[in-house]
Amino acid sequence: MAHGAGGKASRRLVEGLFAPLLFGASTEPLGDAAHVSVGGVPVAITTDAFVVKPLRFPGGSIGELAVNGTVNDLAVSGAKAETLVVSYVLEAGLPSEILEAEVRAMADAARKAGVQIAAGDTKVVEHGKADSMYITTTGIGSPMRGIKLDPRSVRTGDRVLLSGPIGDHGITILLARGELDLEADLRSDTRSVLPLVQALVRAAGPGLRWMRDPTRGGVATSLNELARDCGLGITLHEEAVPVRDAVRGACELLGLDPLHIANEGQFLAVVAPEYADAAINALNLAPGGEDAQIIGEVSEQPAGSVLVTTSYGGSRIIDMLVGDPLPRIC
Amino acid sequence: MKFVDEFREPELVTRTAEEIRRLADPKRHYRLMEVCGGHTHAIYRFGLKDLLPENIELIHGPGCPVCVLPMGRIDDGLSLAEDPNVIFAAFGDMMRVPGAKGSPLEHKARGMDVRIVYSPSDALKLARANPDRHVMFFAIGFETTAPSTALTMMRAKAEGMRNFSVFCNHVTIIPAIRAILDSPDMRLDAFIGPGHVSTVIGCRPYEWIVKDERKPIVVSGFEPLDMLQSIVMLLRQLRDGEAKVENQYKRVVPWEGNRAALRAMAEVFQLRPYFEWRGLGFISQSALRVRDEYAEWDAERRFSVPGVRVTDPKAAQCGEVLKGVLKPHQCKLFGRECTPEHPIGALMVSSEGSCAAYYNYEHRKAAMVNILSQTA
Repeated sequence: MAHGAGGKASRRLVEGLFAPLLFGASTEPLGDAAHVSVGGVPVAITTDAFVVKPLRFPGGSIGELAVNGTVNDLAVSGAKAETLVVSYVLEAGLPSEILEAEVRAMADAARKAGVQIAAGDTKVVEHGKADSMYITTTGIGSPMRGIKLDPRSVRTGDRVLLSGPIGDHGITILLARGELDLEADLRSDTRSVLPLVQALVRAAGPGLRWMRDPTRGGVATSLNELARDCGLGITLHEEAVPVRDAVRGACELLGLDPLHIANEGQFLAVVAPEYADAAINALNLAPGGEDAQIIGEVSEQPAGSVLVTTSYGGSRIIDMLVGDPLPRIC
Repeated sequence: MKFVDEFREPELVTRTAEEIRRLADPKRHYRLMEVCGGHTHAIYRFGLKDLLPENIELIHGPGCPVCVLPMGRIDDGLSLAEDPNVIFAAFGDMMRVPGAKGSPLEHKARGMDVRIVYSPSDALKLARANPDRHVMFFAIGFETTAPSTALTMMRAKAEGMRNFSVFCNHVTIIPAIRAILDSPDMRLDAFIGPGHVSTVIGCRPYEWIVKDERKPIVVSGFEPLDMLQSIVMLLRQLRDGEAKVENQYKRVVPWEGNRAALRAMAEVFQLRPYFEWRGLGFISQSALRVRDEYAEWDAERRFSVPGVRVTDPKAAQCGEVLKGVLKPHQCKLFGRECTPEHPIGALMVSSEGSCAAYYNYEHRKAAMVNILSQTA
């Protein structure tokens, strides 16, 4: 299970098995989408499978995640999603109302995100497999102009930006499973981040180095990947990271760190220092970007790692997620 | 957040850290042991060591109930759950602890029905929801968690539930502290006393430490200000040549403990004559077993337990780290064969194990003294 959690084991699986066999001799760092050329035309393409349980939860459902997740992967790779194709794996016996609700949710999300769904495929497996439904979406998009994203272009002094509060999605899902006697006024943050990315690119395009959407494994995992890819250190200021009180409370009670929790409507960006003010202002002025913050900066040390500082001068290293978040016992 | 934010208030933290600097005698080297794993975790999570002067050394004690559990007991519990009719239920902290044939999570991946529960009553709920299956709750913890296990077993008995049992690995804190003090390689000045155990047992059980051993002990909370204030209180005692039991965690810990909790424990449990602790060896009267009146809910009596004794790999130095004789990074396997991803011992897996805390928060910082001056 750890291999699907988005942390260290996932990365080893991708780098150790998939990449060498599937991506051949490419030395490009792994990103959220592939930028390729089709008949001379630059195109971005990505794919993602959605296996969330429960299917519906406060703030959204699997259908919305399936659209927004792929739109966002394209957005943070610097591309505007144009078209999606979708594949459903359905469990025999799935009530048709549930299926219809998710298809409607996908259609609505696609309309809101400004993408077309062009084709699809459906398979049915026996009762007891597929946990009701799994959805895979593949998206193609057109690369944005005026930007060149590459972790190797990151320099000491660059600023790290975060688009909004973290932890909402993961904690909402955890509570929606109903295994904990815990309630909170929380919703998943699932949304398309494309408009915010476009605002950022307009304001700070030439200084934009890298972006990522911190899904499974959270902000800590994404930034550790960056630190490894660029060979520099990242220093995060804990008190600058936006976290809602309800998320903070749930994490305290369960012994979880918000920096490791999945998000479905946020993104990280690294921006050259001379563009940082323009970047954060553009985000704060855009709808949905009011809570965006500069949360840290790139440093020489700790090379390859992420350091978190507290408001009173203490600090700690935060690693990628290992396994799945587990609560403490006492 | 109430009861959290006030105890992390940055200005107060800074001022308390300054008070510590004032009180610490530059000619002395202080060795303070925090007994409880939760304190170990808090020290690293909040970066408290960065706020202390060089001559105050924090030694990590054996108060992590997952860490002191010998591998054989995990294997015993898992062997009981090999029956497809059995559901193995345990706290999240147990899930990645390595047994001889793998951790509970690895057993789950191979098809065993393993569930994470957040309290023993969740395990009882599972039993009610699955009347055709047997739910076995793998119980661990010091006196902090033993009362809730006891209350759950009392409920199971009252409801006549036949498909529920407990595999009991509860241990008690005082014998562990005694074993530390009896250890010839130990030189400690004072103790930061366990916070949550004390909510059950109170502060009286620590009186022998100050009377017989003349070492101060301050029962401490878990927020940064709690721990820093406790260190201030310890330094004052050491400065004045005193040795007394003090309660810093007054908002939660009653001096006399929790009578209802102690009564429930006494109703269901009694002390085992001896129990094997990882790293500390066999300690008499240090662990709980289920009383005869509750035998039907005691997994060890319902099922036949292999009673496996598994020795740790020779190179692993879990015992010395547990006793505070070695720091985690001084173990030969630390960061090499033994990491959070492939742990050799439970100290690297449990969120309160000193090796995990050190690895996750500290070890790569060791070379970077400059960072703090850059970011201050």
